[in-house]
Amino acid sequence: MSRKDLTLHLGLVALLFALHFILPAYHHGIFARVMVLAVYAVGYNIAFGYTGLLSLGHAMFFAAGMYGMGLVSYHFGVPALPAWFVGVACAAALAFVVGLLALRTQDVSFMIVTLMFAQAAYLIILYFSEVTRGDDGFVIPGALRAIGPFDLSDEGTRYIVAWILFSTALLFSLWLVRHPFGRVLVALRENEERARLLGYDTGRRKLASLVISGTISGAAGAAYAGLFGYVGGSFAGVQYSIFALLWVLLGGAGTVLGPFIGTLFMFYLIDLATEVTEAYMLIAGVVLVLLTLFAPQGIVGEIRRRLWKDLP
Amino acid sequence: MTEIPSKTKTGLISPTRRGALKTLAAGAGAAATMPLWARYTSAQSAAPIKIGFGKHATGIGAAYGRWYERTSVAALAKINAEGGINGRPVELVTEDDGTDPRRAAEVLEKFANQSDCDVAFGTLFSHVVVGAAPRAGELKLPYFVVSEGHHVASGMLNRWTLQPGITDVKSQISAMAPFLTGTLGKKVTMIYPDYAFGYDHRDNLAPAIEAAGGEVVAKIAIPPTETSFTKYFPQIPRDTDVIYHVMIGPAVLTFVKEMGEFFGPSRPEIFGFIDSLEATDLTSPGLEFLDGTYFWEGNPRYLQADAPDYVKAYRDAVGLDENGASVSDPSDVSTSAHMFGCWETLHIIKAGMEAAGYQSTADRQKLVEAVEVMSMMEAGPAHPQGTKMFNGKTHQVFGPQYISKVEGGKLSVVKTVPYEETIYPDEVDYTSMSF
Repeated sequence: MSRKDLTLHLGLVALLFALHFILPAYHHGIFARVMVLAVYAVGYNIAFGYTGLLSLGHAMFFAAGMYGMGLVSYHFGVPALPAWFVGVACAAALAFVVGLLALRTQDVSFMIVTLMFAQAAYLIILYFSEVTRGDDGFVIPGALRAIGPFDLSDEGTRYIVAWILFSTALLFSLWLVRHPFGRVLVALRENEERARLLGYDTGRRKLASLVISGTISGAAGAAYAGLFGYVGGSFAGVQYSIFALLWVLLGGAGTVLGPFIGTLFMFYLIDLATEVTEAYMLIAGVVLVLLTLFAPQGIVGEIRRRLWKDLP
Repeated sequence: MTEIPSKTKTGLISPTRRGALKTLAAGAGAAATMPLWARYTSAQSAAPIKIGFGKHATGIGAAYGRWYERTSVAALAKINAEGGINGRPVELVTEDDGTDPRRAAEVLEKFANQSDCDVAFGTLFSHVVVGAAPRAGELKLPYFVVSEGHHVASGMLNRWTLQPGITDVKSQISAMAPFLTGTLGKKVTMIYPDYAFGYDHRDNLAPAIEAAGGEVVAKIAIPPTETSFTKYFPQIPRDTDVIYHVMIGPAVLTFVKEMGEFFGPSRPEIFGFIDSLEATDLTSPGLEFLDGTYFWEGNPRYLQADAPDYVKAYRDAVGLDENGASVSDPSDVSTSAHMFGCWETLHIIKAGMEAAGYQSTADRQKLVEAVEVMSMMEAGPAHPQGTKMFNGKTHQVFGPQYISKVEGGKLSVVKTVPYEETIYPDEVDYTSMSF
């Protein structure tokens, strides 16, 4: 990993920390939310952006983390931090099982199989509504939303926890893609046959990639539940799988910074467009089409193509 | 119609130092001549009260959102024409929440931290309310929902979330049960969508029917993705007296058509919740089968012959014709059974703010406390749906319920259940919770 890479990414981490002290209240809250959702996108990017696994079912991993965390809090009164670990473990286990089955397929089939698994997960949430509260969801009791003396419903604490989580995910992602293991993932994306001929166990590496990806996505879901106090079936819906894909494509698939930039860009695009017209989806749609036409590799992807060839 | 004030636009100005000093001196001199209360009132009266409206403009709640907005705009026009709130004009700040819990929480943040709204208001879909309410509590933003979900009175939410303008599903069902068993039949089969809205009915209907001397003989859950229903109808027991249905969504027309084809002319009695057909024209092809069946209505869609003047005034203000459709487009059918809640809630916010002497966002807690001590709400221009009783402990209002029969493609009210018969025991005391 070059010093330039490290400086750039640590610079973003430092900038986000500095913003904690200067952002107005509304944007402060939004950045906290965007950082958590960007962790989800970082997770998705490892599977899709670096390994080439186009999943349309990542919402199930996000929801596994969210429900794993939320259900043990709601039903058993488990405090936030151990509950978060339960959520992460649930997402990891689900990713492993789904990976074992779904990775028997490739390309479009993989996309459809992951979509079907996610839909099954969504329907399970609805079916066991006496436990999960169905699509209404449930609120995590305020008393449980704390880590030691730190109240997660406090704006400052929420931002810092989101920042720690995002920074960890970002720097882990940077480390991973510069690690030999990460380079093999890129090799799988570029030419799986050749990677296999070189002697790599591609199936095992793809499974590892999907488990890492699902675990990070689940970590985001569990954190969302703890930080914002709500667990609901809509987060397991197909649109949340599409969101992750969209954020990563906009920011730049296969770039470390892309997921954050894409998530942030998409949020403010919608938020600002709503202030212009009620038909804000039209504006968002036009901007997305233009971006796809003129920056097909995403925002950070274009920067890499034009300005910074070895940007990770 | 009185125009609702919009945000003040400020241009760039570059005053000279002398000019600024003159202005300051003149202002200070003028202020010194006024009594303290007048200075305070003057300072406050310039700014409109802002009501943040989380509109379901997109997503599955869009039809409701359109009519909720029309009703809210009409209510604020009336309130402003009558002098506003505490002498201040009232402004609606509308944001689309996409009928999505995450976006709804963000919208509340925007209302509280960017638009400087005094309160948030207007959410309908229950999952959106449940998702957004925790943020209302954290932001200490009074959140007046118009949802009819049982989540408020169940104790799931917080002290900042109130539902004073519309009744909840639990009380609606308990009000309907005596009519079902007493008039239509003792053995009830329910058909409901297999998700949260349906579960409210599934969980509350059987106890209410049993308490009324009847029995739910079958519960048929239909997945939300279903597009054809013929395979479910054979599951209806042959001794069923009444079919109780609460199907909603675009497939409802198919549901009704296929039910008609299944039963033919010899059908059991049929009772449904109008939620199934809100914003849907009852004369739509395929709905002929509903003739002679019964519906719950939160508020009558069709103008009834005995409607009092304040009901006519409400309908005129919102722009409803006699059939409950838009006066400008007869095919644009309203969500009449629910949207009255926006009208009534805005009048309650006005009453609460005036009782609390509300001046600024610093008085938000006083507003919640003022609403919590409210009780009786008499039928009239502010409460056209009927006389209600608000329970400050559970933050939930109880009001009359209407049972209507489809006759010639229109709904005629055949029974009105008064609010006293809709009350159930408290499940929470929000007033004992801290702010």
